[in-house]
Amino acid sequence: MATQSLLQFTGKSIYCSQADAHIDPWIPVDRAIITHAHSDHARWGSKHYLAHKDSEAILRLRLGPDISLQTVEYGEKFVINGVVFSLHPAGHIIGSAQVRVEYKGEVWVASGDYKLEDDNFCVPFEPVKCNVFITESTFGLPIYKWQPQQEIFSEIDNWWAQNKEQDKASILMGYSLGKMQRILKGIELKDEVIYAHGAIYTLNERLRQAGHDLPELTLVTKETDKKLFRGSLVLAPPSVDSSTWIRKFNPYSLGYCSGWMALRGAKNRRAVDQGFILSDHVDWPDLNTAVIESGAEKVYVTHGYTSIFSRWLNENGIEAGEVTTMYGNEEETEDRATGDGPEAEGIENNKDLSPIPDDPDLKLS
Amino acid sequence: MKQFAELFMNLDRTNKTNAKVELMKNYFLSASDEDKMWALTLFTGRRPSFKVNRTQVKEWAAAEANIPMWLFQESYQSVGDLGETISLILPRNGSDDSDKSLSEWFYYLGLLPKMTDEEKHDHILQAWSQLSQHETFVFNKLLMGSFRIGVSQTLVVRALAEATATDSNVIAHRVMGQWDPLETTFEKLILDEGENDNASRPYPFFLAYPIEGDVSNLGTPEDWFVEWKWDGIRSQIIYRNNELFIWTRGEELSTDKFPELHFLSTVLPNGTVLDGEIVSYFDNKPMPFNVLQTRIGRKNLSKKVLEEAPVAFIAYDIMEANGVDIRNLSQMQRRAQLEEIHKNMPVQSIFNLSPLVEFKEWSELHDLHPTSRENIAEGFMIKRKSSTYQVGRKKGDWWKWKIDPLSVDAVLIYAQKGSGRRAELFTDYTFAVWGEDGKLIPFAKAYSGLTDVEIGQVDYFIKRNILEKFGPVRTVKPELVFEIGFEGINESTRHKSGIAVRFPRILRWRKDKKAAEADTLESLKGILEMYK
Repeated sequence: MATQSLLQFTGKSIYCSQADAHIDPWIPVDRAIITHAHSDHARWGSKHYLAHKDSEAILRLRLGPDISLQTVEYGEKFVINGVVFSLHPAGHIIGSAQVRVEYKGEVWVASGDYKLEDDNFCVPFEPVKCNVFITESTFGLPIYKWQPQQEIFSEIDNWWAQNKEQDKASILMGYSLGKMQRILKGIELKDEVIYAHGAIYTLNERLRQAGHDLPELTLVTKETDKKLFRGSLVLAPPSVDSSTWIRKFNPYSLGYCSGWMALRGAKNRRAVDQGFILSDHVDWPDLNTAVIESGAEKVYVTHGYTSIFSRWLNENGIEAGEVTTMYGNEEETEDRATGDGPEAEGIENNKDLSPIPDDPDLKLS
Repeated sequence: MKQFAELFMNLDRTNKTNAKVELMKNYFLSASDEDKMWALTLFTGRRPSFKVNRTQVKEWAAAEANIPMWLFQESYQSVGDLGETISLILPRNGSDDSDKSLSEWFYYLGLLPKMTDEEKHDHILQAWSQLSQHETFVFNKLLMGSFRIGVSQTLVVRALAEATATDSNVIAHRVMGQWDPLETTFEKLILDEGENDNASRPYPFFLAYPIEGDVSNLGTPEDWFVEWKWDGIRSQIIYRNNELFIWTRGEELSTDKFPELHFLSTVLPNGTVLDGEIVSYFDNKPMPFNVLQTRIGRKNLSKKVLEEAPVAFIAYDIMEANGVDIRNLSQMQRRAQLEEIHKNMPVQSIFNLSPLVEFKEWSELHDLHPTSRENIAEGFMIKRKSSTYQVGRKKGDWWKWKIDPLSVDAVLIYAQKGSGRRAELFTDYTFAVWGEDGKLIPFAKAYSGLTDVEIGQVDYFIKRNILEKFGPVRTVKPELVFEIGFEGINESTRHKSGIAVRFPRILRWRKDKKAAEADTLESLKGILEMYK
């Protein structure tokens, strides 16, 4: 019996003591391996970072241009004190990776966030054989079954066309990082001017500068002539629906792209005109597929429906345990990371896009 | 069905009243008469029962989805709606090839009650297999659901009135009362004039608005009647064609529930409709609502119950006299007619007239208002003497001036996820006060009264401060304090605290208070002593 697991769950990171390296730490550490650049996984303050090369642009934007960052290709091996690490595509967002950790013949994979469907922007998920698989469970209930993305993109196309007929703006909300790039690759753009909120515009520019094939967006500023929004598509982060920023687009229809839109309750609470069920996380069938394809004899279930999904696996002959992590508050942390407040009007506000305070607690008083 | 499913989803999606009316109106203008009739049946809460066992249906769905029952229950917990949960877990069939209409589906469902369990299983599964996810959801609602989609009867009436270019008062009257979609048609019920008006049909209640600002803003005191606001069950008593009908608000025909009032059929003139309050009544005076509560909802009214909680009627309006609708007469004229009927009553202790509160200046009302509870009233009703009897909640002529609720500061200790709109959010809370031994004792459940932002914040706190799980209930670190208001208080042997409060609700979040500063059971019992 091994004295200590290859990876340990400290509550603040997934830690490899043999290599003294942390995966996605929530506290400043010496050596942080980052699965992807979403702010509930890429936290500020560590001495050295390691991530996939496609994460670099966003990590430097969010954690500061001067962070000490080493980047690698998918499949490229790096060895720390005898532990062999490599990153493999997770298909979640640009640069997202599963971390493969091998030591003395034992293989663990920490998959971060992932999805199996090819979104035509980031490198698609690749199953990695391992002994122990660490999986998310954001949508780990059998009620979550995504339709093929092409159907959702057609819904968006139709919604936009319908709004255009009624001379309304189409405000489409979704996470700035990941969802928006996927949308831009998926929907029919028809060579039109696409407007964007500052948070999305900034990210899009960074990714274009880093050489990614994305269309140019037009930043919405105070000076933009309101008449131009009529019939146009406006991309915005999820927090704008409660801001004053949105008023200038009147009349508009409000759409929201998220896996949570699968439930009426969530959709109605959000008070959007149209919910589009589009998620960058695995749904129930794909979650099960991923676990099986990993070939793992032991599974750790992190953020999401941890107890439910681990019970399900145990009942189906796969040993599983639930693990408490700090991940999964993607919405809250992403909103803050992108500085989506009403004031985040333009690119000049991009100071809002840099370090976020390390305090995850919402002030109640 | 596609058309109705679309209407349903669209109604569900918007919060805007006008948009809802527009959607229904368009439906009423385009759907077939049979479908309209069924839609109306659903929107007015008259869905027939198809004798299906919900537990069985759950099991069939779980088996079809190939998941164990516990996982089904967990899914249901997350979704908060049974019909929706089933529609989501069932295997997706690509076909979506059914073109049955809404009424055809009701015919299909109508076959269920006579079937064996096995036949029911096959019948329901066959339906599921030919419907899309949205349609399955709506189908499940037809099968066994409650139909809560934020469409009040008033909105349905407005839409129907607009679609048929008929006065909304007339439509409101026509859709009220007892009717069965199998025995009538849209044409007969909605379009035919008067002929089908059956004797039991009540008038829509006129509802008061809460008073805005000070009562003196209402102008000249002489223009107004003031009565106590009785704390009972708003009721309409109808005597037509030698038959007595008692309707309660919420549109329930409750004649059988109040045998004490049946003597009215021997004393009221034919063609009389009265508006008033049914209250429990002892020694010629009304009792608090909780006395009445002991007999509400009971199927069998035993002698004991009738003795312990006798009722009386307090009349305050008359809508029909000698078979003539007199709602367009002034309040003053109607009052005079009511007094005339009351005068000729042999048993005045069971048929009371709501007395007018004498006052010359508004300031006198200010002095009297705090004595409402002593008078077993919830405050005042203020009615304009020249006012007609209107339909629904209208501003301007009838005002209610309610007393402030009783309240204590209590600590949030348990939470449960809400349903429907609030699924996935912790919105159902249990509150506790401090007992003598320094332990928190739960005394009330409440969920309304917070803003969406506050609900989000409380939810955020709960999700990070869960101590224990019991099924769907979570024990929460006792930290947040809320002011809990309630309308009445009573002794209870069923509750650990020994008390039961009526209509508990959150008045506000006391962010300024720590848990230790919340109220005690002692102080609650003090309130009980005062208002028992």
